[in-house]
Amino acid sequence: MFYREAGQFKTSYAADMAVFPLRQDRMVVYLFLLFAFIGMPLLARFNIGVFGQDYIFNGILIPLLILSLAAIGLNILTGYCGQISLGAGAFMGIGAYAAYNISLRVPGMPLLFFILLGGGVSALVGILFGIPSLRIKGLYLAVATLAAQFFFDWVFIRVGWVTNYSSSGSVNAPQLNFFGWVAERPIDRYLVCLLFVTIFAILAKNLVRGNLGRQWMAIRDMDIAAEIMGIRPLYAKLTAFAISSFIIGVAGALWAFVHLGSWEPLAFDIDKSTQILFMIIIGGLGSILGSFLGAIFILVLPIMIDLVPSAFGVQVSVQTVTNLNFVIVGALICALLIYEPRGFARLWGIAKEKLRLWPYPY
Amino acid sequence: MDTLGPFLEILIGGLLSGVLYSLVALGFVLIFKASSVFNFAQGAMVLLAGLALVRSLDLLIGYGFPVWAAVVLALVFAGGVMALTAYFAERFVLGPLVNQDSLTLFMATIGLAFILLGAGQIIFGSDVYPLALYPTDAWILLESVFPGGILVNKLDIWGGVIAGLLVAGLAIFFQRTKIGRALRAVADDHSAAQSVGISIDWIWFVVWLASGLVALAAATVWGTKLGVQFSIVFLALKAFPVLIIGGFTSVPGAIVGGLLIGAGEKLAEAYLGPFIGGGIEYWFAYVVALLVLLVRPQGLFGERIIERI
Amino acid sequence: MTRTRLALAVAALTVGATAIAEPAMAQNEQFFPSLVYRTGPYAPNGVPFADGVADYWTLINERDGGINGVKIVFEECETGYATDKGVECYERLKGKGPTGAAYFSPLSTGITFALTEKVPGDKIPLLTQGYGRSESRDGTVFPWNFIALGSYWTAADVAVQYIAKEMGGLDKLKGKKITLVYHDSPYGKEPIAALEARAKKDGFTFKAVPVTHPGVEQKSQWLSIRQDRPDYVLLWGWGVMNSTAIKEAAAVAYPRDHMIGVWWSGAEPDVTPAGDQAKGYKALMLQHGPGEFKVHQDLKKYVISKGKGAAKDDFAQVLYNRGLINSMIGVEAVRTAQEKFGKKPLTGEQIRWGFENLNLTEARIKELGFEGMIKPLKFSCSDHQGADVARVQQWDGKNWKTISDYFTADQSVLGPMVKEHAAKYAKEHNITPRDCSKSS
Repeated sequence: MFYREAGQFKTSYAADMAVFPLRQDRMVVYLFLLFAFIGMPLLARFNIGVFGQDYIFNGILIPLLILSLAAIGLNILTGYCGQISLGAGAFMGIGAYAAYNISLRVPGMPLLFFILLGGGVSALVGILFGIPSLRIKGLYLAVATLAAQFFFDWVFIRVGWVTNYSSSGSVNAPQLNFFGWVAERPIDRYLVCLLFVTIFAILAKNLVRGNLGRQWMAIRDMDIAAEIMGIRPLYAKLTAFAISSFIIGVAGALWAFVHLGSWEPLAFDIDKSTQILFMIIIGGLGSILGSFLGAIFILVLPIMIDLVPSAFGVQVSVQTVTNLNFVIVGALICALLIYEPRGFARLWGIAKEKLRLWPYPY
Repeated sequence: MDTLGPFLEILIGGLLSGVLYSLVALGFVLIFKASSVFNFAQGAMVLLAGLALVRSLDLLIGYGFPVWAAVVLALVFAGGVMALTAYFAERFVLGPLVNQDSLTLFMATIGLAFILLGAGQIIFGSDVYPLALYPTDAWILLESVFPGGILVNKLDIWGGVIAGLLVAGLAIFFQRTKIGRALRAVADDHSAAQSVGISIDWIWFVVWLASGLVALAAATVWGTKLGVQFSIVFLALKAFPVLIIGGFTSVPGAIVGGLLIGAGEKLAEAYLGPFIGGGIEYWFAYVVALLVLLVRPQGLFGERIIERI
Repeated sequence: MTRTRLALAVAALTVGATAIAEPAMAQNEQFFPSLVYRTGPYAPNGVPFADGVADYWTLINERDGGINGVKIVFEECETGYATDKGVECYERLKGKGPTGAAYFSPLSTGITFALTEKVPGDKIPLLTQGYGRSESRDGTVFPWNFIALGSYWTAADVAVQYIAKEMGGLDKLKGKKITLVYHDSPYGKEPIAALEARAKKDGFTFKAVPVTHPGVEQKSQWLSIRQDRPDYVLLWGWGVMNSTAIKEAAAVAYPRDHMIGVWWSGAEPDVTPAGDQAKGYKALMLQHGPGEFKVHQDLKKYVISKGKGAAKDDFAQVLYNRGLINSMIGVEAVRTAQEKFGKKPLTGEQIRWGFENLNLTEARIKELGFEGMIKPLKFSCSDHQGADVARVQQWDGKNWKTISDYFTADQSVLGPMVKEHAAKYAKEHNITPRDCSKSS
């Protein structure tokens, strides 16, 4: 009913293989992007509702976009290639510190390159730490990735060169100057993040549909069978590690430069890793859309739990709210795993299917 | 003799603190053995057990109970809380997830950890609560042989004794009792075990209870060492490398892994740390674990991983 | 099924959105944000501070009806000591109230570093009492930071002076060994620069031993101290690290009275878990210690007895009192600003002026009921620390006892360091330092 597919014929292979084969889907995505790129700035410009406040951008949307990007990165590795990683935080940190160091030591390059090179360094380290995955599997690998996490936590703190011998170990980001345009206002920084996320999401979506993505999924579903079919595990796994680490590294550089501005090693600790892992589990492993949904859920739910009681005039101490938050998030994770192990992305898929058939059940 | 004394001291101290990690790691092993669940919530269970123990203990002493009675009652109460936790975990979280893959189960225990942390702190408070069940002073041994002697913490010795008792108790439990045999059957193949009439729900409850009680034992030692407080949760992170080295399924492996990691990281910190900056013990344990995995992907004592198509 | 869930989600979002968009109440109110951590690993230390902060504000409302009639409205936001959560809280609270947030006190070095980058843009002062960037004392480069009462460099300097006094003079320090056991984070690393400078000047051997966050495992560090036998150990810990350090020190039989903690390692939650082993342990005081003073009588009368207090067992503890002082300085800054800008809700920029011109004299401190807790405090355009003194206290197993007189930090050592580090910061950020000779 909502989806009138009649009359939409696929007359070419290109149309058949489109990311969004249905016109309605396409429209929704275009409208959404239009709103995100044009609508939001307009709303902010004219101070409409909550969009007039910095908080919606600085406090919610910017972290949301950056963490969605990190979640996309981790989803490539864990969701598509099946290699569980608890080291996403460390790779964000590598991206951030690499970008910082390059900006410090190679001045004169545009900021964009710093961020991308930060991702590049992260990708190289990712390949290095991906090598054990050829031998170690499953939960053992998950614990092994913790080695990367703790090792880099230590490197950021202890190796003076990384922080330019800052006495406290905390460093500051350079000015956000993109080819002469300085992103200063929250809305500018939001647009920067949005652009990065949109581009990487499109790239990732196309990557996982292609040859490489299929290799990853074959490895994930059964690595030995995939190997027998002629997929080289070395190549497939290491590309997954590299691309995933690259995206996570870029997200880390954005997190440091655009969101925090000044940061300490603790900003990329194990909590960040588990947070991103939660996002992809709740959102849906092996789904780009899921990365976004998971990030929204993990980031926005605690804020809602914080805000809702006070909106009704109920005074609850922050202590109780935070602990309650733990309980609710925990319970939701369990409930989701029990009722829909494939996450919100799957729920969305089911909803879409229902909408296509509505009002008929079949 | 000048260098041997400190070396021995650090070695012994390391071995003993390794045993304290083993206490936490044992709980993991129990659950993994019986249900292939990698229980991320073990750290939260240690905290919950500790909080239940210390809060009820304070309350009982406040009511004027004699200390020995208060300790016994508090231990019983904390055991009861762990039983409740085991029931809850089995009934509402893991029971509905039978037959899911290990990643899903792992995630579910992360959710469980959150619930336990939040609920535990709402009920029992989030302050630091001192606990003094064991002596915390130290012995100085062999003073005649080494200058300054070798220092050994009494608390660490107690930790070792408790770990030894637990391992012995668990070995008897697994090998000699009916439930223990049923447990091993479930561990081997749970659908086969079910078909001969073993109730999986019951067995999983027993396993979670056992690991809850191990958590309680760990909480008494660690609570005395640190005071019962939120930071105890982080111990789970120190137990992971122990598990990797020992293998996820081996009770003796947890002890040996603990000894290796404890001694290794303390010696590394003392002898390697000064050259590369110190504070290395956290990642050193993990890197050692990683190297072990590269040689033996199933850990030193783990069951051989056989892959089939 | 799906649709009900969707509807629920939409409802929740709407409620949440309205909550964010809640219109500012345009009354005679000044909004005070409070970044707290009442949960997580550092909660035992975060709670008493947050209680003190809240209770003083309540007192001002209950006893005086606000600051010159301007009611204080405050809201807590839980950071859990995490930087990103702190930034989120800051963004959430900075625009609340009719004129926005008065000032922020994050009680976390990490959050302070992140907010230092953000406050100049938002024009909100940052009151970091005894923590944060040591070089932010330089008000010409850091116009928005107020590192009231003392920095980590002050602490390090005073600790060395105290040790020298115990030994019988600065010249006795030559050839002695002082070891710093520190929390491996910006917080713990801050004093190293000052201690190295002092070591060079006074000729003692300085060694820094890091402890990984959160500091539950320190055995190897203390065994190395046992072999090394330093004359004094300085402790720069937070939360569980402090009590663990004291216990480990006891285990290796290092004399506790040769351990000196920073003022963040010298509160009740740091020593009580160690029980008797903490007896003799010393710590710096951020001027004040625990105990009840005149202000506490008012607190009991107007706040606690009416059941409006946040404090429970932590009343009059070290960190609770520190919270009181933190709020007092903030409230007095607002009061100072009101004298210039009028008795109405003020913006952060106006309150910044209030901070910069705050002058807490001996008489004023007495009037406020804080006599005996702090010495006079006076900010100026170039000096954003306002005081340079600290004392030492000792734990006798039950209470903290003040055991020294006030020490004044040596500006010949610290002054140039502040200048140098501030200049480096200014260069990194393209800041032209303000000229204080023609301040407004």
